[in-house]
Amino acid sequence: MTDSADGTGLPALPVLDSPRRRVPPTGAKRSWQTGTVLEVRRETPHAATYRVQLEQWQPHLPGQNYLVRLTAPDGYRAQRSYSAASPPEDAGVVELTVDRLPDGEVSGYLHDHVRPGSPLEVRGPFGGWFVWRGDRPALLVGGGSGVVPLACVLRSRAARLATGATPAPVHLVAAARTRAELLYADELTGPFAEDTTVVLSREDDAGPGRPGRPAGRLRAEDLLPHAERLGALTTGDDGADVFLCGSTPFTTAAERLLRELGVPADAIRVERFGPS
Amino acid sequence: MSVVSEGFSGRRGRDPRLPPGQYDVGGSFPVLTAEATPNVTQETWTFRVDGEVETPTTWDWAGVHALPGSAYEGDIHCVTTWSKLGTSFSGVSLDVLLEQVGVRPSATHVLAWASSGYTTNLPLADVTGGRAWLVWEHEGRPLSAEHGGPVRMLVPHLYFWKSTKWVAGLRLLDHDEPGFWERNGYHERGEPWAEQRYAGD
Repeated sequence: MTDSADGTGLPALPVLDSPRRRVPPTGAKRSWQTGTVLEVRRETPHAATYRVQLEQWQPHLPGQNYLVRLTAPDGYRAQRSYSAASPPEDAGVVELTVDRLPDGEVSGYLHDHVRPGSPLEVRGPFGGWFVWRGDRPALLVGGGSGVVPLACVLRSRAARLATGATPAPVHLVAAARTRAELLYADELTGPFAEDTTVVLSREDDAGPGRPGRPAGRLRAEDLLPHAERLGALTTGDDGADVFLCGSTPFTTAAERLLRELGVPADAIRVERFGPS
Repeated sequence: MSVVSEGFSGRRGRDPRLPPGQYDVGGSFPVLTAEATPNVTQETWTFRVDGEVETPTTWDWAGVHALPGSAYEGDIHCVTTWSKLGTSFSGVSLDVLLEQVGVRPSATHVLAWASSGYTTNLPLADVTGGRAWLVWEHEGRPLSAEHGGPVRMLVPHLYFWKSTKWVAGLRLLDHDEPGFWERNGYHERGEPWAEQRYAGD
């Protein structure tokens, strides 16, 4: 054990978010505000995107989330957090993609009642850990609605490239049961096709100019070439970051695969989604 | 002043055990972690109490099992808005461990830490007086790795990020020092009935 540098003589504790991986606090105040829904877009049979205009908008980092709060006439409230899907370069608005959960108290209401013009109470952006700043290569692994914050990374990176900036390379491995259930499918297999691997668990997948992938859950060969190319197998500060997002079964399985491939544990950041 | 969400009534029959903004997750037990699940086993797990104490001490699996056992029955509340009502954990009260090491009068706060590097800070008063445990059983079964097993901390009167998974030690300090989520936007203390979710709440 090494002695701490602070002169107490106590052994130094391990640190998950070493200073190089920390996001400096902005100090910005994040109060509840009532936004206006500008647009509702159907993404899949179970998911819709709500584009919300905010008066007190501040740029988020890809990976950050907003709280949505509902208030009943008797004062009862319910709130849930949803990842920002739109990039921070899309100023003044935030898009939230919401999966309709079975018996979902908030997601059910959003799907059934919220239309363009509806007011929506939100608060954010929050999150200082599961965030992509653009300065380090990143392997993005998302399942189901876990693709949302990772698509935000791709969108923000594209916006930065368009302005002549040189953000670090990324690759998204996006998993869904079927093509119809894959969020942002046209975008991921269109403009972002080079930076995306689609993994369908229940459908064979082949597209023009793409090698086919037989149906099946996430496999090592879906991850390995991208993990190698981006440097996710490298230990220490030079390695790529891995952002893993999805349900607990998905993230647990993906984490095991990544560790078996040799991705260091401290390179992996996890965000678990679902009926939590 | 918040707007009423037109057409929203929410779930009926709200349980009075639910703090504001929380909902009842029923029989399920969601898993939330920020990091890869570390490989900690009963054989490799140890727990060290050091810092502002008379006798820094490390226990292993057999060591904590030799101590008088203690159980918690009640509710837990996660900052992401789920609560699990009427659940149970068993292990040992932190009071027993702190009594053995001899807490110095200078100690005011603790930093709980896991081998993954996860940390969380608490006032000493929040982990003494029968309010905090090391636990290795949940509802009568061994605590699974995804829920922080073999041994996690349990501080059920605060949001659950204070209940460190895979806990490996407690450092007693003569000052407060933010832990992982406390550095990353969450509230210093995290009291569910006061809805202390984010920094500044």
